[in-house]
Amino acid sequence: MKLRYFAWVRERVGKTEEDIDPPAGVATVGDLVDWLARQGEGYAYAFENPNVVRSAIDKRHVRSDARIAGASEIAFFPPMTGG
Amino acid sequence: MSVIVRLQREAFDVASEVAALTRSRTDIGAVVTFTGICRADEDGEPIAALNLEHYPDMAEAEIGRHIEAARQRWPLLAVTVIHRYGRIAPGEGIVLVVTASTHRQAAFAAAEFLMDYLKTRAPFWKQVEKAGGKTSDKIWVEARASDDTAAERWKSAPAKRETAN
Repeated sequence: MKLRYFAWVRERVGKTEEDIDPPAGVATVGDLVDWLARQGEGYAYAFENPNVVRSAIDKRHVRSDARIAGASEIAFFPPMTGG
Repeated sequence: MSVIVRLQREAFDVASEVAALTRSRTDIGAVVTFTGICRADEDGEPIAALNLEHYPDMAEAEIGRHIEAARQRWPLLAVTVIHRYGRIAPGEGIVLVVTASTHRQAAFAAAEFLMDYLKTRAPFWKQVEKAGGKTSDKIWVEARASDDTAAERWKSAPAKRETAN
């Protein structure tokens, strides 16, 4: 599945997007954040406060308990400041 | 209900957008516009410009969903939302919301509803270019709790749709 990063989450991770294959056991967005945070310093920094980072699955807002099975695209970003 | 949603770098012209929305229509009795404008300061500090990052496909889809939610609550005849991205200088418009209905209550309420949702759920992120700094020095603007509170208040039972007279 494709992961996309925006704003300061993108800056801390150091990538705009990537394709990943999460291991079995990573079932929810929250699990995915925990797993990503262990993949390197940039990720740990981006997700150091997991409650701040928002997520979307296939371009719809989701909460951290959302299941990721079947998702094509998951995005992580800070609280929005549009409008 | 006719709906226009545009994301663009370029400045928009409010009068042209209103004219396009009302052209050839004789059923619209009320048009409300809201324009969000880039100020010359952020958090008390002067700024040179804002830079808006966005998540393209999601932004259009999310704005479309907000408009559909507004349509279900109020008897709207037309809605236009234009949201810019990229570099925006003080004095320039950032976002335009135009709502049209038979009578004014729906147009006013829907415009406020759409802005409250745009502020909290539309995937855009603002960076400030500080005045006198290098254009490479940019600071992310933090989301405001007051915007979340404003969006929350719409979650109670939807307003009754006004009946046509």
